[in-house]
Amino acid sequence: MAILVYCENWDGKFKKLSFELVSYAAKLAEKTNTEAVALSIGNVADDELKQLGKFGAKKIISVNKDELKTLDNKVYTSVIAQVAEKENAQILVLAHNLTGKALSPRLSVKLKAGLVSGVIEIPSTFAPINIKKKSFTGGAIANVVVNSNTAIFTLSPNSCEVAENETNAAVENFDANIGNVATKVVDVNKVTGKILLSDAEIVVAGGRGMKSGENWAPLEELAQVLGAGIACSRPVSDEGWRPHEEHVGQTGKIIAPNLYIALGISGAIQHLGGVSSTKCLVAVNTDKDAPIFESSDYGIVGDIRKVVPALIEAFKEVKAG
Amino acid sequence: MKILVCISNVPDTTTKVKFVDNNTKFDVTGVQWIINPWDELALTRALELKEASNGAIEKVTVANVGEIGSEPTIRKALAIGADDAVRINAKAEDAYFVAGQIAEVVKKDAYDIVFCGIESSDYNGFAVGGMLSEFLDVPSVSSVSGVEIENGNVKVYREIDGGKETLSTELPFVAIVQKGITINPRIPAMRGIMMARKKPLNVVEPVALDKLTEYSNYEMPPAKAACKMIDEENVKELVDLLQNEAKVL
Amino acid sequence: MNFEFTEEQIMIQQAARDYAQRECIKDVIERDTKAEFPTEHIKNLAELGFLGMLVDPKYDGGGMDTVAYVLAMEEISKIDSACSVVMSVNNSLVCYGIEEYGTEEQKEKYLKPLARGEKIGAFLLSEPEAGSDATSQRTTAEDKGDHYIINGTKNWITSANSGSIYLVIAQTHPDKKHKGINAFIVEKETPGISLGPHEDKMGMRSSDTHSVMFTDVKVPKENRIGEDGFGFKFAMKTLEGGRIGIAAQALGLASGALERAVQYAKERKAFGTEIINHQGLAFKLSDMAVKVENARNLCLKAAWLKDQGKPYGIASAMAKYYAAEIAMEVTTESVQIHGGYGYVKEYHVERLMRDAKLTQIYEGTSEIQQIIISRDLAR
Repeated sequence: MAILVYCENWDGKFKKLSFELVSYAAKLAEKTNTEAVALSIGNVADDELKQLGKFGAKKIISVNKDELKTLDNKVYTSVIAQVAEKENAQILVLAHNLTGKALSPRLSVKLKAGLVSGVIEIPSTFAPINIKKKSFTGGAIANVVVNSNTAIFTLSPNSCEVAENETNAAVENFDANIGNVATKVVDVNKVTGKILLSDAEIVVAGGRGMKSGENWAPLEELAQVLGAGIACSRPVSDEGWRPHEEHVGQTGKIIAPNLYIALGISGAIQHLGGVSSTKCLVAVNTDKDAPIFESSDYGIVGDIRKVVPALIEAFKEVKAG
Repeated sequence: MKILVCISNVPDTTTKVKFVDNNTKFDVTGVQWIINPWDELALTRALELKEASNGAIEKVTVANVGEIGSEPTIRKALAIGADDAVRINAKAEDAYFVAGQIAEVVKKDAYDIVFCGIESSDYNGFAVGGMLSEFLDVPSVSSVSGVEIENGNVKVYREIDGGKETLSTELPFVAIVQKGITINPRIPAMRGIMMARKKPLNVVEPVALDKLTEYSNYEMPPAKAACKMIDEENVKELVDLLQNEAKVL
Repeated sequence: MNFEFTEEQIMIQQAARDYAQRECIKDVIERDTKAEFPTEHIKNLAELGFLGMLVDPKYDGGGMDTVAYVLAMEEISKIDSACSVVMSVNNSLVCYGIEEYGTEEQKEKYLKPLARGEKIGAFLLSEPEAGSDATSQRTTAEDKGDHYIINGTKNWITSANSGSIYLVIAQTHPDKKHKGINAFIVEKETPGISLGPHEDKMGMRSSDTHSVMFTDVKVPKENRIGEDGFGFKFAMKTLEGGRIGIAAQALGLASGALERAVQYAKERKAFGTEIINHQGLAFKLSDMAVKVENARNLCLKAAWLKDQGKPYGIASAMAKYYAAEIAMEVTTESVQIHGGYGYVKEYHVERLMRDAKLTQIYEGTSEIQQIIISRDLAR
């Protein structure tokens, strides 16, 4: 019996998110008297793989094959399912990010395992499993019961603290069966430096308070200093000031960064619905009565043209020091 | 070629979230129901593809798992331009159950492309598309920001870190789409609205399938702590707090 | 008594709302400031079927009922009264006039493109010397056997430039007074027609308004509508229906202004709380809401009567009179509630107030409506 945690890699490296997942899996393992097993797919060096052992994974399985270079949902699902069966996994844990959302549903059907997406804690009971997740775009918390023997969770970002727990786990290579790979990459169009908004840990967003599409340069610089994704509110993308991919909100992208800096955004419900799972929301606005301050953790009432350059300087100092 | 678009009946985005029956059921009094916004975008794109295909795409069907209360929303999809609709007569509570029902419809009528919106605005489940593809044992592509059909070949654009990938895949497949697939949902024309009732809306009974999960009850999220205001002359204080108090840097 | 709308009526209302709030809103202030015609929007509204909503599908119309029309007119007018006035003239005056009283040939040739919105219609009744007193027509239409020759000037014509199919009211037999008036379908491109300059109006500035001069304009006999001398009755009958469209437009201006005032009052803080919590202002809003509800009910009742084939002339007069009067009151009050913000273009309500004034004047002044209603009481 095991808790299987799938750890995605980014160009061969893990992120803080990966360690949060392993910490969570380790907690589950403790509660169920089983082991946490970490699974990596792709070309990841042993040194990097061993990192997963620092957070409570008792075993680290690596599947590295050429055919797995590109994410093909069907093939990856099959590989993870094979490992789940091999390890007799009772619960599978994936990230609540784009990859996790692509794979967990397929796994649910393949393993006939109940899927609870965006969980925010460990289950309150295990037989059956009772667990909490966010719903109605952050408007309510739902309690879900899992009826099947196996369960799959995708873990909401910022729900589990990273907990160090060195196990000195060994890395095991697994030779998975790869079937037909139907999805092939024909072309890649990358604008280097542009961070995928959906999974970004820090996001800087601009609203109508920016006054015009011409004023985005300071925001872009701030994003660059922070290594952040860039977002905007709906009116901004509707006006054509920024591309539609940047629109965050109930009808745009729903994201959950650690830090969301909202510049000149008044805080309409539809926009806030897109960032309800943010760990920390900072708002800068000239209007002290702007609704966004009711939902922020920190706020500055001030002129963006003054505040943003000051922020850039201050963040630069922190990065340097 | 035939396209199927899965549509979900969800409360309007401005609805206040409330529960009844001891917090076990979502309060539906006075709720305006709409097509899940991402499904509406998917439907619009499917119709654009059909119109540009010169007859190669013969029809666009919408499928919904829901009780009779879903029918006005289904008819809106027909008004927008879908050719016909299927309603599987059951409550849409568990994604596994919903996906399994739609799989039966897809298998029966041999659709080539299935569109699903990336998530539904009520339960924020994103699972139906992926589950459906596994039930059908076909490829799926997620985060689809564009679909084009050229000479019968399907090109799919998927958003990635820093940009996008162009992919080819085998038919039939399931595309799980997000905003970008098209920008604005289509507004139904008067003609479409008047014809909606004349288009076929087939109701089928569900097949027996387990519900793997169940929503037992709801809670309101914990109240938020008040916002800490920082003076605009003292931006450094904010950075300090972010680093040492919030620990997000 | 069933006060509920059908599914189709709700869908139509939603479609109009979506178009207005997504598309018209983008450039409505700019177009009003520059007095620019909403060419793209009219084209899009035509494609969606809004310009021939009431026309039978066999003439390429939408085949909708008048209730749906009122709902659509209200939604569009909340944002863009220029678009809605083009819709109203096209639907209730021109399309209705031709469909109800025209010959099959006239419907084939003119009604179909109007219903599709490919051509826009205009209604030419008012003259420099004859507004409310429509019996004193100075424009003449001489009977020349197989054609008529029209001479004269028409004033304040909506869509004179953007339109291409005119319904022209003119005097053929002066001795027969109003029984000697005829109505004609005239194509704008006919030689002898010229337009005066674009009127620089207080409101509805994005709609084009011109005077139209007729100098020996030749119109074929088959373009006359109805029997010889039918023109005055034709004008009065079509205006009865036209009133419903304008009543719905006034309703939209009022309900749009009310919605904005409520939204503002919920957000704006003064003296320690949101201003909607101050009783004086809350009572204003409550009065505005009752007026809007009354106006809506009058419009819907008139529409319902028309759809049932029952006489609706008094109901439509009451609807137009009341909706226009309260539109002026509610929009003015909305500006007041917005304070300084209400006075600047960016917040829309000052435009709604300027637009509302015209609803009290055109398609039968409020005073004319009062004459209609009181004469009915006096019978």
